[in-house]
Amino acid sequence: MEDTNRRLLRARDAIDRRYREPLAVEHLASVACLSRAAFIRSFAATFGETPHRYLQRRRIERAMYLLRTTDRSVTDVCMEVGFSSLGTFSRTFTEIVGESPSRFRGRGRVDDVPSWFVGRWTRPSTFGEAPERGDP
Amino acid sequence: MYNAISRSQVYVLDQDQALYFYVDTLGLEVATDADLGFMRWLTVRVPGDPVREILLERPGPPAMDEGTATQVRELLTKGACAGSLFLTTDDARATFETLRSRGVDITDEPAERPYGIDFGIRDPFGNHIRIGQMFEVPA
Repeated sequence: MEDTNRRLLRARDAIDRRYREPLAVEHLASVACLSRAAFIRSFAATFGETPHRYLQRRRIERAMYLLRTTDRSVTDVCMEVGFSSLGTFSRTFTEIVGESPSRFRGRGRVDDVPSWFVGRWTRPSTFGEAPERGDP
Repeated sequence: MYNAISRSQVYVLDQDQALYFYVDTLGLEVATDADLGFMRWLTVRVPGDPVREILLERPGPPAMDEGTATQVRELLTKGACAGSLFLTTDDARATFETLRSRGVDITDEPAERPYGIDFGIRDPFGNHIRIGQMFEVPA
């Protein structure tokens, strides 16, 4: 169990590191020393979501950060975090965050605390519904 | 009221493996390695910093029952209860290259942040370690 967890964590770290790239499930499965099917199943059992969903949240977390710390356009941010379609990005963002990228940007800037913790705590949850958002 | 933070603790699964990683790979030094009978008190520190030590503790009886220790080990290895250590360096990019050449697990590569340049690694057990070259804060 512990060895499998550690290998899966290594694969999850690889998703975090290469979030701009398409999900390379075969490669990640090899990092975890599992078959493709076993990797997806074990990842979901261990972390509570599929690798694809984890990648989506990682990308959206980076997008949230860029929207609130830069003046880059929504399209730019969409491409920067690894989406190739603005429509898919906006739809995914809204589904996960509960509001559109533009509306989210209106919430203002974030404080300069260590980025890794910001990422960890601002990453939108996959384990519940998008929260109700009040006006910014 | 206080003078310093003198000791922090992270869980490790194997203290010999932890010793090798934190000293030979990461470049810290042993502060204390003592068999207390009921536990092995193993601490490391940054060379030149005698104040702050990190206790590398193995979860298990009698500090906790075996069932709890199993839970801790499971959470540790999937990164969910892993401790976080923050180390500083004069040159984050050079340190990164050194650690990469030693085969350390990288979580993210050096990137410039508002407060400095930092990157992340994991120890063999799942603990997250951040290493930063911090910018000077204007007085």
